[in-house]
Amino acid sequence: MGVGRNVTVVYFLLSLVLLPVRMSLVELPEPSVSIPRDVDMSSSPTRNDDLKEMLENNKESLKLEAMKRIVGLIAKGKNASELFPAVVKNVASKNIELKKLVYVYLVRYAEEQQDLALLSISTFQRALKDPNQLIRASALRVLSSIRVPIIIPIMMLAIKEAASDMSPYVRKTSAHAIQKLYSLDPDQKEHLIEVIEKLLKDKSTLVAGSVVMAFEEVCPERIDLIHKNYRKLCNLLVDVEEWGQVVIISMLTRYARTQFTSPWREDGVFDENSERAFYESDEEKTRDDTEIKPYTMDPDHRLLLRNTKPLLQSRNTAVVMSVAQLYWHLAPRNEVSIVTKSLVRLLRSHREVQYIVLQNIATMSIQRKGMFEPYMKSFYVRSTDATHIKSLKLEILTNLANEANISTILREFQTYVKSQDKQFAAGTIQAIGRCATNISEVTDTCLNGLVLLLSNRDETVVAESVVVIKKLLQAQPSQHSDIIKHMAKLLDNITVSMARASILWLIGEYCERVPKIAPDVLRKMAKSFTSEEDIVKLQTVNLAAKLYLTNSKQTKLLTQYILNLGKYDQNYDIRDRTRFIRQLIVPNEKSGALSKYARRILLAPKPAPVLESAYKDRDRYQLGTLSHTINTKASGYLELSDWPAVAPDQSVRNVEVIEPVRIHPSICTALFHFCPDSPPSFFHISCYCPSLPSEKSSSQSEKSSSESDIEQKKKKKMKKPPQKKNVKPPNKDRYQSVMCKPNSWVGPGFGACVCVCDFSSCRMNLLRPHLFSRRLSVSGPAFVPEKSHNLLHRMTGKGLAAQYQFTRQPCLYQPNMVSVQISLTNTSDHRLEQIHIGERSPAGLKIHCFNTIEFLEPDASVTVSMGIDFNDSTQAANFQLCTKEDQFSVSIQPAVGDLFLAVTMTEQDFRKEQGKLQGMNECSATITVTAENTSSQPLNRRVAAMANVGVVPSGQDNVHRFAGKTACSGAVLLVTVELRESSAAVITINTEKSVMGSMLLRDLKKSLAQA
Amino acid sequence: MSHEAVRVDPDMEYLTPGVVDLEQMFWTGLGATYTHCNQVWPNLYIGDKKTALEKPGLVEMGVTHIINAAEGTWNNVSTEMIHSLFLVNPSGDIFLEKHWKSVVSRSVCDYFLEAREKALDPEDVPPVISTPHHYLISIYRDKLFFLSVIQTEVPPLFVIEFLHRVAEMIQDYFGECSETVIKDNVVMVYELLEEMLDNGFPLATESNVLKEMIRPPTILRSVVNTLTGSSNVGDKLPTGQLSTIPWRRAGVKYTNNEAYFDVVEEIDAILDRTGTTVFAEIQGVVEACVKLSGMPDLTLSFMNPRLLDDVSFHPCVRYKRWESERVLSFIPPDGNFTLMTYHVNAQNLVAIPVYVKHSINFFESGSGGRLDLTVGPKQTMGKTVEGVLVTVHMPKTVLSVSLNATQGSYTYDNATKVLVWDIGKLNPQKLPNLRGSLSLQTGAPKPEENPSLNIDLKIQQLAISGLKVNRLDMFGEKYKPFKGVKYITKAGKFQVRM
Repeated sequence: MGVGRNVTVVYFLLSLVLLPVRMSLVELPEPSVSIPRDVDMSSSPTRNDDLKEMLENNKESLKLEAMKRIVGLIAKGKNASELFPAVVKNVASKNIELKKLVYVYLVRYAEEQQDLALLSISTFQRALKDPNQLIRASALRVLSSIRVPIIIPIMMLAIKEAASDMSPYVRKTSAHAIQKLYSLDPDQKEHLIEVIEKLLKDKSTLVAGSVVMAFEEVCPERIDLIHKNYRKLCNLLVDVEEWGQVVIISMLTRYARTQFTSPWREDGVFDENSERAFYESDEEKTRDDTEIKPYTMDPDHRLLLRNTKPLLQSRNTAVVMSVAQLYWHLAPRNEVSIVTKSLVRLLRSHREVQYIVLQNIATMSIQRKGMFEPYMKSFYVRSTDATHIKSLKLEILTNLANEANISTILREFQTYVKSQDKQFAAGTIQAIGRCATNISEVTDTCLNGLVLLLSNRDETVVAESVVVIKKLLQAQPSQHSDIIKHMAKLLDNITVSMARASILWLIGEYCERVPKIAPDVLRKMAKSFTSEEDIVKLQTVNLAAKLYLTNSKQTKLLTQYILNLGKYDQNYDIRDRTRFIRQLIVPNEKSGALSKYARRILLAPKPAPVLESAYKDRDRYQLGTLSHTINTKASGYLELSDWPAVAPDQSVRNVEVIEPVRIHPSICTALFHFCPDSPPSFFHISCYCPSLPSEKSSSQSEKSSSESDIEQKKKKKMKKPPQKKNVKPPNKDRYQSVMCKPNSWVGPGFGACVCVCDFSSCRMNLLRPHLFSRRLSVSGPAFVPEKSHNLLHRMTGKGLAAQYQFTRQPCLYQPNMVSVQISLTNTSDHRLEQIHIGERSPAGLKIHCFNTIEFLEPDASVTVSMGIDFNDSTQAANFQLCTKEDQFSVSIQPAVGDLFLAVTMTEQDFRKEQGKLQGMNECSATITVTAENTSSQPLNRRVAAMANVGVVPSGQDNVHRFAGKTACSGAVLLVTVELRESSAAVITINTEKSVMGSMLLRDLKKSLAQA
Repeated sequence: MSHEAVRVDPDMEYLTPGVVDLEQMFWTGLGATYTHCNQVWPNLYIGDKKTALEKPGLVEMGVTHIINAAEGTWNNVSTEMIHSLFLVNPSGDIFLEKHWKSVVSRSVCDYFLEAREKALDPEDVPPVISTPHHYLISIYRDKLFFLSVIQTEVPPLFVIEFLHRVAEMIQDYFGECSETVIKDNVVMVYELLEEMLDNGFPLATESNVLKEMIRPPTILRSVVNTLTGSSNVGDKLPTGQLSTIPWRRAGVKYTNNEAYFDVVEEIDAILDRTGTTVFAEIQGVVEACVKLSGMPDLTLSFMNPRLLDDVSFHPCVRYKRWESERVLSFIPPDGNFTLMTYHVNAQNLVAIPVYVKHSINFFESGSGGRLDLTVGPKQTMGKTVEGVLVTVHMPKTVLSVSLNATQGSYTYDNATKVLVWDIGKLNPQKLPNLRGSLSLQTGAPKPEENPSLNIDLKIQQLAISGLKVNRLDMFGEKYKPFKGVKYITKAGKFQVRM
């Protein structure tokens, strides 16, 4: 901050000093390179006068034409700044296209003509109040794009106002404006953070991406702002637009690395453990278990992984890559490989995409060979690939090489060596060298292969082979004296100096292994010395020196001859080297102590060069980033932190407060996406497939905040015995049972029951009485019976078995239908085809059938959902379940309780409704309840199990109230259970549908009196 | 410093303000002009970091020395993902520039142009170039470079994907993406770019949304516009931006309601010298052209969805439904779009529709060689193979060819050394053959390696993987749409090593 201010202040002073100098020296674009083809629109003064005239004309079309030409000038990078006064007058034009073009111009030149630009501000201020959201948004866009420091306060105000605009589109624009203002004046940071904080709470998917972007730019260090919004962001993610997804995912990656403990920590240990446990005694195992605290993943960590996974199927390559990097940096080791397939898919995309993805795969494949090995063939090089793609593929193939696949890879490499692209062929030879050092089994094979290449016609190939062979031999010279001999022979034919030099060095280094050949080579070199390249001459001198030390008898004269030649060489490097060598090896009175050590100096053992991947250290950068691509830290790169050793407080992510306004009854229905008219959007699919209850809560994003509320309450309840936490139920399971399976909310056990009550009560409290008259808001079912009924026995169904279950969810297809879930199983030994619904009775029965199931394999089962309009009667729905060959008559018999939908209401509303439903509409009975049903929780559960009703919070301990409505006609149903002395209870039911009322009363009597 | 204003340069009218004026300006703060650089005394400039970094600009001004008067560490407040966009034609001219923030000098492109010069082929230009103060990310498409200037860390794929979307949008609006078309429609392109990006962050990239804001040109409309002076800019808020279905515009109406789906499969294969398959896979794409009124909700199911191994969807497809039932359920965008792309299960053997018998010899003497190619149908499932095109990248030393084709015609481009043989339809009874002699550069050594063949082909009415669409159902609207499915198989990157 301080820095920012300093710089700005410096600027401020400067700009004051320079005030009257109305010329921008740098900003003048260079004269354009291309000359316009169509009209001559060069910025000659006369032409600009024309434009000025046109702009001042009254005709709209002329003005528009002028503006189009001006924009054309801007697009070509020409200067049109002198037209500013004429253009700015049109800012308030009514013609939208003209206005837009003026905006384009303003944004481009306002910075240079600040005082004139101020003339336009009032127009924007007015537009910010326009009833049309498009106009408000575009006004804010332009206003915030005008980089004029004087209007900062105006911008700030506009942003704040827009952040609480009704239209999410305007709010999105305000999120963008935050960044613009911040880059104009970093001093506004604190105020901007307030706006960001507000916008982060926004529930709209439109806003989420943009505000996270603003967060990343303005205050990435304020990770605490994310806590409360973490779960919401995870749940919204699928629905956010593609670009927002990328930004959110990368932010959440950073967040997760600071908030969760490492899922890798135990990995290695765990594997070892399981192995040991398998072989060794149980005793040891138990000891281990007590020693190492098992790792349990934070449920929020899991939530993130689960909700990002579907995005791997995105068409946007950036999204796929960002999910891949998220898994790489956050997922347990054994889960990372699910991203492989998607990454390989991206290789089908454009050349540039391939380049980035291959780079990331190269980094990944160094650490995790196994991930990409099954897709090895996807990295085979085609002759049409671009050069950088080829070398990346080569890199990856080399990384993937292991004992099992090396022969396949080497065969492939042999094809590449023959490539016309010599650079690529040379790269392949280096790759072969790397394979040879990494996999000791094939070192010899590779060496032999490389030696064969020495007879290649192409010099680059030969030279590269020699260099690689030299490196390989250096690692293990002992076994390969015949290769050295072979190379010595080659010296006659090879002309590439680098290769010749390499051979000479090799012979010099291992001259003791080839004692006969080495002096001969020196003899040949002495002959051709004068015509050699410098690099070869230097190595010849080296060879001579080494031979002189090991075999002076044979080579003394030759060495002296070469040293004499070198002494008079034209190249001073060679002269220097010769002089140095002579002093070092030839003992005379002048040479000092150094010559004693000549042997040690020249023939010291040298470490073999390491052949390793260029991508070895890339993993220090987060994958998918620009920094990773360019292998240096790009400006603005945010380091990914290490996992914390101890997880920070998890409860910070619990959401405490729900804004009561949000649960307006009309929204309430929308929440669950039941409105038949509104088209279901992308992720509301969960409603289509009740067979996947586990997906429900994660996708019903809007609902999740209330869920997390429950969850948090539940946690509180369950956390009461905190010491036990580590011992028994792992954190994760508990959480997931809440998050994923609404069905199991009411499982056996105490805690779960509490949860049901909490659920309804917290909902209740939120509803303001005045919002809630006759329009009943449907809530989720308080209880979903697990019980399913037989629809078709497998014997009667010739192998097709069917069961049905009332999901108690409001029906998706039509609001007055009851939704039924049917599971079909094929128990026969052949596939059943075309399972569908045929004739139905009574004739008027309305059924929303499931889509025809094309086939069902033996032992496979499928769950489908359908909607039935029972018309508020318990009359069974009869229809035919057909396969391709057969038809079976089946019937679904609803219990009266299944014909209702749970609704939420306050006690006050309950009484009001009850007052309207007296007399004929009321029926009651006194029963003796069993002892366990006298407390509220079991009682609530029993009633909710019997009928799909919602619990109404009650002020009295002994009176329990429940509310529902009939599915078809929407008639209100009120149930009151009043507990009296000595296990007596009065059940009262108020409803217009008196028949249903009495039927329900009978059922309830039975249920509550039950033992 | 003088107290009074001074005329420093006798030839200029400009008065350098004196201390009094400066003080007044300082305290009133009126009319301060913000520019990057100002001449404050003859040949003395005060400027900002940006000025100091742009070398060509400095040279132009004749600056010889710079004194750094800034304090503290670098203040990084550049907050945009994509800063500027330049369109560069094949000869290296910048013909369009768009800046979403302050203007970046064109000279930044010099780094790119240098890399382009160095590369033999435009394809070989590295997509990411790092310069001292900017990062350049470029794509090469339709013979044009789309070059974006980046200042801070940003996922490179984000930029690349966006640039491709820009190219697709231009293609979508004007039918093709070329320099001529862009120059002719420069104003509309500019407006589009303005809508697609706000402060460097993508705003509206869905074609349906954009088309509501800026209507694509039609001949009729352009005539009307010139006569009446009305505009292409939509005056309504695009509904898509606000609804839960951002990809579909509201109020779509057609008299003929039609939905067409093209299942296009491409075979990627590498065959080795003996004709055995080194690598083969099938990639498919379902292209849709949906012209349906209202808000139709479609489901498309396949006879054999198990074939599909890896899929990616248009955002309209409900992923959960696919996961559970393997049907595509979606509210389609209006018009043309890619519904899904898929990869066929690797376990399935890939049928290779053609075989090539080839022989290429270069004589030891080094002055010539012979080429003999025959193409024949292999596993075609009884369909005709059409549009067969064989491309051979000859070794550099091949000077000319003299060949005889029994069917189709061939061309040889001596500059690029590419031999193209356009065969057309394959007749199984009479296999097309191309044979003749090659003449090589005299004195050049015999080429070490043999070239590889790239084959292009097309088979109508067949999806080579055997994928079949089962049915298409529509919900949510009353009318009966006309439905059609077409299958086509093509060669993707189909390469035969000789």
